[in-house]
Amino acid sequence: MSTGFQRTITGRIVLRIDDMEKTVLVSLAEQMIAFVAPTQSAESADPLAVIVGIDEIAQTPSDPALARMFPAAYRDDDEAAGDFRRFTERDLRAGKLANASSVASCLEGSGSKLVLTADESLCWLGFLNDARIAIGIRLEVTEENHDELAELPEGDPRAGLFDVYDWLTFLQDSLVKLHLPAA
Amino acid sequence: MSIAPTEVAQPLLSEEVDRPWITIVWNDPINLMSYVTYVFMTYFKYDRAKAELLMMDVHERGKAVVSNGTREEMERDVTALHAYGLWATLQKDD
Repeated sequence: MSTGFQRTITGRIVLRIDDMEKTVLVSLAEQMIAFVAPTQSAESADPLAVIVGIDEIAQTPSDPALARMFPAAYRDDDEAAGDFRRFTERDLRAGKLANASSVASCLEGSGSKLVLTADESLCWLGFLNDARIAIGIRLEVTEENHDELAELPEGDPRAGLFDVYDWLTFLQDSLVKLHLPAA
Repeated sequence: MSIAPTEVAQPLLSEEVDRPWITIVWNDPINLMSYVTYVFMTYFKYDRAKAELLMMDVHERGKAVVSNGTREEMERDVTALHAYGLWATLQKDD
């Protein structure tokens, strides 16, 4: 298991990973790019609306992970929530897509040692959070069932996914610590 | 500071002005406590003590009011928090 993100004495942020870890991260970045890409109906929408970034779709996504990543901004006002979504979801998806794309190109351009710029490391931070949400929702992670998920038998299809989730948690926490302001 | 004129036109939407809007962050089992603190410090420029207090409120009480202001300001905050991956909503402060 890698040591997580570390800051060098020259201030750069470095992550060392082995081949298997790299394969997992590349796969996750590629899946995230496909996952958050705007929906087909939005692509075929009014071109002017696309240019100004306003969509006709105003429904909370049916996929639970997407619904968590693009939540309703108003709890008790469906109309306001729909309007808000029309004006914001496209940009929100584009931001998450840009984070995952940056991660993918960092991985593509590096071997076992990744050296990140400050901007790239923020893309990683956002991507790791998105990836943990996507996997955590699939695993139905709660505050109570962490130990239970950690002790799943090897044959359980969720066991491997939970190992990835746990590793991403470790990675994200190591990166957050490098970015936390001093006071 | 200036001296207020003796006669002021009543704001047409006095109710809107008097009842600001709030942004609420809701607890979820996935976001890291360290990350939520980081977001509050980075986006809102809160100091660590305030950011950690709000984070603990979210964690233990299930939610916390993290900012207040006009509806437009709160929509901006909610948009930013969604970009960070936090579960945030806005509503009128009752």
